[in-house]
Amino acid sequence: MIEFHLDGHSKVATYMQLVQQVRQSLRLGLIDPGDQLPRVREVAEALAINPNTVLKAYRQLELEGLVSARPGVGTFVTRSLAGPSLANQAALRHDLIGWLSQARAAGLDQEDIVALVETTLRATFQEGIAEA
Amino acid sequence: MSTVLETTGLGKRYGGTWALRDCTLRLPAGRVAALVGPNGAGKTTLLHLAVGLLRPDAGTVQVLGRTPAADSGLLTRIGFVAQDSPLYPDFTVPDLLKMGQKLNQRWDSEFASARLERLRIPFDRKVGKLSGGQRAQVALALALAKRPEFLLLDEPVASLDPLARREFLQALMGGVADDGTTVLLSSHLVADLERVCDYLIVLQESRVQVLGSVDDLLAEHQVLIGPRRAAAQASPAGVASVIRESHTDKQSTLLVRTNGPILDPAWTTRDLSLEDLVLAYLADPSAGVLPGPSPLGMDLTS
Repeated sequence: MIEFHLDGHSKVATYMQLVQQVRQSLRLGLIDPGDQLPRVREVAEALAINPNTVLKAYRQLELEGLVSARPGVGTFVTRSLAGPSLANQAALRHDLIGWLSQARAAGLDQEDIVALVETTLRATFQEGIAEA
Repeated sequence: MSTVLETTGLGKRYGGTWALRDCTLRLPAGRVAALVGPNGAGKTTLLHLAVGLLRPDAGTVQVLGRTPAADSGLLTRIGFVAQDSPLYPDFTVPDLLKMGQKLNQRWDSEFASARLERLRIPFDRKVGKLSGGQRAQVALALALAKRPEFLLLDEPVASLDPLARREFLQALMGGVADDGTTVLLSSHLVADLERVCDYLIVLQESRVQVLGSVDDLLAEHQVLIGPRRAAAQASPAGVASVIRESHTDKQSTLLVRTNGPILDPAWTTRDLSLEDLVLAYLADPSAGVLPGPSPLGMDLTS
């Protein structure tokens, strides 16, 4: 079972924060198919949020085919996002740490790095879409 | 979807002064609605009209399809907590639960005592000796023990400290999730309610100024930042109305209600919070968002 947290300063809508946390937990392999998500009532009470917001998040995850609701029982994970990428993450993280120290040695501070990564990310993924 | 509260041209006058006037609104079932406005805007008057403590001087009010004040059967189906959670100060929690049992046809004593035990409210102490936060929790538990279809709360969190406020809203959201209760709660603070409410009613100067679903209202309002624009200059395409604008010598900032996407590259758009939206409207009593036959053809109540 996972526990939801909200970022009070985030501009991301509350229901989307819940969706993103489930996706993240699936990617990291923290939850697997068959696992149950916290009940709507429990999430609403723990976070002091409107139960409709939790329902909206769970419906979105259902639309994405990640969970399915069993009426009267609960909402269960049906698909994993961990897949093969999980195994590769350690190696990629290692490379990334190497790259980050190069960037710092080259005089970039944290904001410079974030800006560079964001623009490169956007450009690369846009190319990817254009090619596909 | 069924309607829990519906008013048409509702008005209430004290002497020569209208405390509420031309109030026309509809609250769909299953919503948690915030009733927001400055002190004296008519929030308490509207709540008292809805529960039958006051009778209208103009227009009509219907709750769950019935007329409050004329229909005592309605009282078994609604819960109401007045401002500052008034409770008999010399009663203990068990005294109050017993009173609730005797006075209500529909009453779930176990539900109420289980809630209060979970919150570790002392049962042996007089209610007058409890903290403000504990009293608010007791009043909420008593109101929920009726398992009401419609729960009305007048400024439930205004006098609570931040921790008690959060605990109160947690208890309220848990209670709402249990029964799908429709809630109308008044407040002059909005920040606390942003995640709790999915419906918004703004009252100002005795009138309804903004009404609609929070998601819809947030989706159609944006802040635009761009180069200085002359006051008479036309708004960019997609802007239905400008609620607030400010200018420096180089830059203009507009808070707008949109009727389409803002595609003009000269303008940077930014979403705004519910609090920003409410404050912008409160600062300009002449602006308003009301559903119904609008030139945009949008139905904010759906």
